[in-house]
Amino acid sequence: MRRSVSIAGLAAALVLGTLGFGAGQKSYVASAQEKMSMMEVKIDNFTFGPTTLTVPVGTTVTWINKDDIPHTVVSTDDSKTFKSKVLDTDEKFSFTFSKAGTYPYFCSIHPKMTGKVIVQ
Amino acid sequence: MSEKEKDELLNDHNHDGVNRRGFLKCMAWAGTGAFCVMKGGVLNSYSLSRISEISTPDMVGELSFVQISDSHMGFNKPANMDVAGTLKAAVDKINALSGVPEFMLHTGDISHLSKPEEFDTVDQILKSATPKNVFYVPGEHDVLNDDGKQFLERYGKGSKGAGWYSFEKKGVHFIGLVNVMNLKAGGLGTLGHDQLEWLEDDVKHLKHSTPIVVFAHIPLWSVYPEWGWGTDDSAQALAYLKKFGSVTVLNGHIHQTMQKVEGNVTFHTAASTAFPQPAPGKADSPGPMKVPAEQLKSVLGITDVNYIQGKHALAVVDSSLA
Repeated sequence: MRRSVSIAGLAAALVLGTLGFGAGQKSYVASAQEKMSMMEVKIDNFTFGPTTLTVPVGTTVTWINKDDIPHTVVSTDDSKTFKSKVLDTDEKFSFTFSKAGTYPYFCSIHPKMTGKVIVQ
Repeated sequence: MSEKEKDELLNDHNHDGVNRRGFLKCMAWAGTGAFCVMKGGVLNSYSLSRISEISTPDMVGELSFVQISDSHMGFNKPANMDVAGTLKAAVDKINALSGVPEFMLHTGDISHLSKPEEFDTVDQILKSATPKNVFYVPGEHDVLNDDGKQFLERYGKGSKGAGWYSFEKKGVHFIGLVNVMNLKAGGLGTLGHDQLEWLEDDVKHLKHSTPIVVFAHIPLWSVYPEWGWGTDDSAQALAYLKKFGSVTVLNGHIHQTMQKVEGNVTFHTAASTAFPQPAPGKADSPGPMKVPAEQLKSVLGITDVNYIQGKHALAVVDSSLA
């Protein structure tokens, strides 16, 4: 009785282990890809961090507000490329940069807060 | 500042004319309950605890009103989890003032996120204040998402542009200005060309002896540009007011009381009824400042203003909610 249980257990462990290993591999690859196409800017203490972010074309940048005051993310170039709604604490705004260029932006509520995304 | 120091300096100034340094020291204590009155260019200061001893004609004038600011209805973080409660406490304070103020000025950031229910709640709470008339100017938190359309609908009747206007009470000319629209990256508050033109025209025909009160959200003087605490084109506005013998500028935005006197202009900022902010440069950023719960009410407040006809300046008194 015990022997069969232990064999079954071993088989189960092997199967699970394989599955686990495969899934682990997948998520490693995925996160590497994610790292290349998704970048984050943290808003805190009235600052965009990092203030200047350089990314490849096609990257989606996500701003997340970790401050205890609402902020916005508004581009200041001539074509007003992107403009978020008001972000309260923990709210996010994402924009995918499909064209190379320099994109300065600021917080329209607190205009001293400025940042830049350089897309290459 | 220790209690002992406060009393010492106040004793030095009683009923004497003071030099500019003494005047500025007195101004710095306005937030803790010093009552400073300028009469014909001479400063008199009284401790609020002695107010009952001082003869009424000295302090109460023909016109009395209250300034409140920065209620931030909708804010609910540790700096103050109950901004409705502290606004109610401010109303109680106003209702307890001897001599009913004729009206109130709200210098902006009525709401925290420009939400209709936030404005509604403030309206509801202010209904229980004895002064029934309230005049508003918007803060940057009141004009989010819709370029100030909602603010104008609620509070902008009879105003021009983004909500500027003027009115007269007992011979005092009040001017409400808007300096929170079309803010430029890296910039400060801004009044803009149209509003400045209107202002020039509005005061053109007033007698130089007319007392002027200007109220706007962001300070009209350079309190601390690094934190956006200033207005980039206020010098132009002040130039139009240069001819007047008495100009009082009432602002909000910085959530602490501060005063400055420059020639014929007295600048004053009010405390918030919601949460305090750090003194210029004393923190990484100008965000909400947490204080121990039992101290919160002592760093929030209202401002009582009295105009005595014939006197050089308006008497501006800050009181905390403690």
